Amino acid sequence: MSAATDSLSLAASDTVALAASTTSTGEAVQFWILGTIAVVGALCTILMRKAVHSALCLAGTMVILAIFYLANGAYFLGIVQIVVYTGAIMMLFLFVVMLVGVTAADSLKESIKGQRWLAALCALGFGALLIAGISRASLGASNGLGTANAGGNVEGLAALIFTKYVFAFEITGALLITAAVGAMVLTHRERTEKAATQRELAERRVREGRHLPPLPAPGVYARHNAVDVAGLLPDGTPSELTVSQTLRARGQVRDVSIEALNDLAALEQRSEDRLGRRPAPAGTARRGRAHEEEKDQ
Amino acid sequence: MNPVNYLYLAALLFTIGATGVLIRRNAIVVFMCVELMLNACNLAFVAFSRMHGNLDGQIIAFFTMVVAAAEVVVGLAIIVSLFRSRHSASVDDASLMKL
Repeated sequence: MSAATDSLSLAASDTVALAASTTSTGEAVQFWILGTIAVVGALCTILMRKAVHSALCLAGTMVILAIFYLANGAYFLGIVQIVVYTGAIMMLFLFVVMLVGVTAADSLKESIKGQRWLAALCALGFGALLIAGISRASLGASNGLGTANAGGNVEGLAALIFTKYVFAFEITGALLITAAVGAMVLTHRERTEKAATQRELAERRVREGRHLPPLPAPGVYARHNAVDVAGLLPDGTPSELTVSQTLRARGQVRDVSIEALNDLAALEQRSEDRLGRRPAPAGTARRGRAHEEEKDQ
Repeated sequence: MNPVNYLYLAALLFTIGATGVLIRRNAIVVFMCVELMLNACNLAFVAFSRMHGNLDGQIIAFFTMVVAAAEVVVGLAIIVSLFRSRHSASVDDASLMKL
């Protein structure tokens, strides 16, 4: 009986040691799948042109890293990673992207010739160096966190933070307060001149003599009243004035002038068919005729 | 699978982040790449903590997170004030010490 329990406990300690130096099949599968996604997310972060897409890819990578922390026995850090990084920091990033990124299209023109290739080469060399260093290191057998986490992961961390690392912890608090005050000082702006009142703005507009009435509204007849559809001038070209400056800067203006002209031509065609007149030449004939008339005059 | 694979993944993510810092010129994206590098370091710390069987690595990763949070607050404030003065978030435009 006792021999049986001995062998059982021996087998159990063997499996514990085994689990410490290698990982279970489930964790291996998880690592290879999620690791691939994390690397793809990181690559998308540096390759996407728009900052919003980069931020979302980075948030995905951070969530996967949180899962890896949990798999490595760092339960507290895994939760903190999700709450602090993907919850607070990435949302702060998105907030600043919204604040700053009106003209966010990153230009792809190189300001220093060949910089991109040199940077890629440097990164390749650096990565090779790093990975070769890790593969050459003798890291020894892995112990696993079984004994360290025995009394609970959070309790173990708390015991360390408030004894061994208590000074670092206090200094971190000072750092956080300094950072908060610094951010307020940096973004606060004292207004040096008085803000213009509505009356002063109106008077300035009259003095400058441009656009006395309100700006024209966007949209084409009753068909498109979306704010990103530019209103059409009498000759069928879209008017820049009708859409807001922000949309123009983002390049999000929808141009429906071709569509509208084709609709108009089709309408004329139908009415002439019904009235039994000769069929007009299709397409842009109307505009061509207008030009001819101008030439004649 | 050997837990050392986590270190390889961390090295790969760190390298990708460093590449992004070198090639991107939008200040916000450069900043995100720095965050990616910090996260890769955290992953390495957590993996080391598991290998050595004590929690010190996790403590260091925890402090890294706190410092990263402070860094993000100040860095984004700098980016916003740069954008206000230059109307651009490109790191190329901030090439002079004065406005």
